[in-house]
Amino acid sequence: MSQYQPSARGYYGQFGGAFIPEMLYPNVEELREQYLDILADPAFQQEYQQLLRDYVGRPTPLFRADRLSQKYGAAIYLKREDLCHTGAHKVNNTVGQILLAERLGKKRIIAETGAGQHGVATATVCALRGLECVVYMGAVDMERQKPNVARMRMLGAEVRPAVSGSQTLKDATNEAIRDWISNPTDTHYIIGSVVGPHPYPDLVARLQSVISEEMRRQLLDQAGRELPDYVVACVGGGSNAAGAFYHFLDEPAVQLVAVEAAGHGVDTDKSAATSVLGRPGIIHGSRTLLMQDEHGQITEPHSISAGLDYPGIGPLHAFLADSGRARFISITDADALQAAQLVSRLEGIIPALETAHAFAALEQMDLKPTDVVVVNLSGRGDKDLDTYLRELHLA
Amino acid sequence: MINRFADLLARKPSGLLNLYITAGYPTLHDTMPLLRTLAEAGADILEIGVPFSDPLADGPVIQQTSTVALRNGMTLKLLLQELQGIREYLPDTPLLLMGYLNPVLQLGMEEFCRQAAAAGIDGVILPDLPAEEYAEFYQETFRKYNLRKVFLITPQTSEARIRRLDELSEAFLYLVSGPGLTGGNQTADQSVQQAYLQRVEALNLRNPRLVGFGIADKASFNNACQHANGAIIGSALLRALDGAADPHQAARAFVQRIRG
Ligand SMILES: Cc1ncc(COP(=O)(O)O)c(C=O)c1O
Repeated sequence: MSQYQPSARGYYGQFGGAFIPEMLYPNVEELREQYLDILADPAFQQEYQQLLRDYVGRPTPLFRADRLSQKYGAAIYLKREDLCHTGAHKVNNTVGQILLAERLGKKRIIAETGAGQHGVATATVCALRGLECVVYMGAVDMERQKPNVARMRMLGAEVRPAVSGSQTLKDATNEAIRDWISNPTDTHYIIGSVVGPHPYPDLVARLQSVISEEMRRQLLDQAGRELPDYVVACVGGGSNAAGAFYHFLDEPAVQLVAVEAAGHGVDTDKSAATSVLGRPGIIHGSRTLLMQDEHGQITEPHSISAGLDYPGIGPLHAFLADSGRARFISITDADALQAAQLVSRLEGIIPALETAHAFAALEQMDLKPTDVVVVNLSGRGDKDLDTYLRELHLA
Repeated sequence: MINRFADLLARKPSGLLNLYITAGYPTLHDTMPLLRTLAEAGADILEIGVPFSDPLADGPVIQQTSTVALRNGMTLKLLLQELQGIREYLPDTPLLLMGYLNPVLQLGMEEFCRQAAAAGIDGVILPDLPAEEYAEFYQETFRKYNLRKVFLITPQTSEARIRRLDELSEAFLYLVSGPGLTGGNQTADQSVQQAYLQRVEALNLRNPRLVGFGIADKASFNNACQHANGAIIGSALLRALDGAADPHQAARAFVQRIRG
């Protein structure tokens, strides 16, 4: 078995596991016992694939970005997850998990969200299937991602502000877990990234793996080779990166580049670059790299991007960092903003602030003309226009 | 080997009052004097909460006291230092540390156990350390230091799992009263709670059983004690301490209201 698949107890190397209070044990155990069977069930697959095609709009295009290619002196392809229904890769996961929740007999869905894309994607599939939906969102994030709050409400979801801590993604996740503890039988928690207790990191990675499955086919078609030299993706919790890396993990010729948010810089106290600043620790039921103080208290991260503003990373990514399989690059707020402007003007695509970090990493890569690079364009930037106009002095 | 839980149970098999406070709350150095006051006022067991930045299983009250305690400067290291010597004035009361796993792992499990044992701590509750991980990685260490691990069970816990946790436990089983967080209002459906407590009672487990989460006053305490050896109160006590001019006076009055 691939070393990048989790062990029976959910470990990637020393990272992962399920550090949950007993109150969550029946829920998580039920999921652990059933998720692989449900995912493998032909009826599930048929429904999932059909929704991905007809509702989400898959396969998403692989687009050769000529002007970016010219600028960086390599063949740069964009995997257009921004063209998924709802505007980001997040919906690949929520479509799968809502079908799973139905098969588990759940009536009520909860989720956390940072940038609001996962919240919107969850509210969307709940509307589609007629399930009650409650989304927890940090009060700070509700303010900086207002359009997504409005979309969730339009879709009929209840958005509950998380007002503890830094009032961002970590705190929203705490509140969602507390809700699940309080509603142990009728509720399914749709986690939005490859984080949380086993089996969530594996479940979400599998549901996002369609990204790299398509990439291989499309690359063969368009570039004449299935394997690129580089796959580049931003990492908040790590779901779009996990999906983009998945079918290349066991291909050592493919260099995986994971891009974290440096915030104001990794040498400041306003950063979210977990692979640089983190040590092994426990967050949201998983042993992973974690930003924490010397006493084991979780520290409050900072990124201009609400989707990357998280003090941990998924356990698979902690393992990829630790083992050296992936290269981790961190990008400041300022560099991400510049990259967003550049991509908008060179390619006519406004990327999400999260994705802008992945583009900024191209500046730090030593590319050759023969290199084939795929950037996972995880989401579109409509939700970030206020920030772009303000920070780039365009208003 | 000392077993203060067994000694207590031999003296007093029922109606046990277990009180929880957050270390470093209301002010940094209140913890040791408050423990003493609570024991003198009639607490049978004391739980000392180690504050954590992200207490997942806790409701608003303990989230708030933890935030205040951390802001006051409480740390696990400092708490363990303060605890050295507590047995001079509390020789018999079972003492537990309750906290989340991450601060303990940063100190190191062995070092944590060593210092806790040196202070005379009897048991530990770490809600996010699952039984499987405990059994595989830490049980030996706990045994070595004569520390007893308390496990939680809930109305959803299967009988097979309750029996497994009972095997692993050597202090008491912590019966979470209903679905929810600490401090929640679980008294809504008394008949459901009573049926659950009776169901567990009928299993004839080797460990005594204490009921916690949402026990707030004399009525809920007495109800919980009907089919268990006692009950645990945290949030309600902390609420009584909140803003009190004299926390010791408030603590004594609180115990009086439960016992009176
Ligand atoms: C467009 C987009 N990209 C990336 C992310 C980061 O999440 P993950 O690392 O799980 O892909 C988010 C999260 O909200 C997002 O909205």
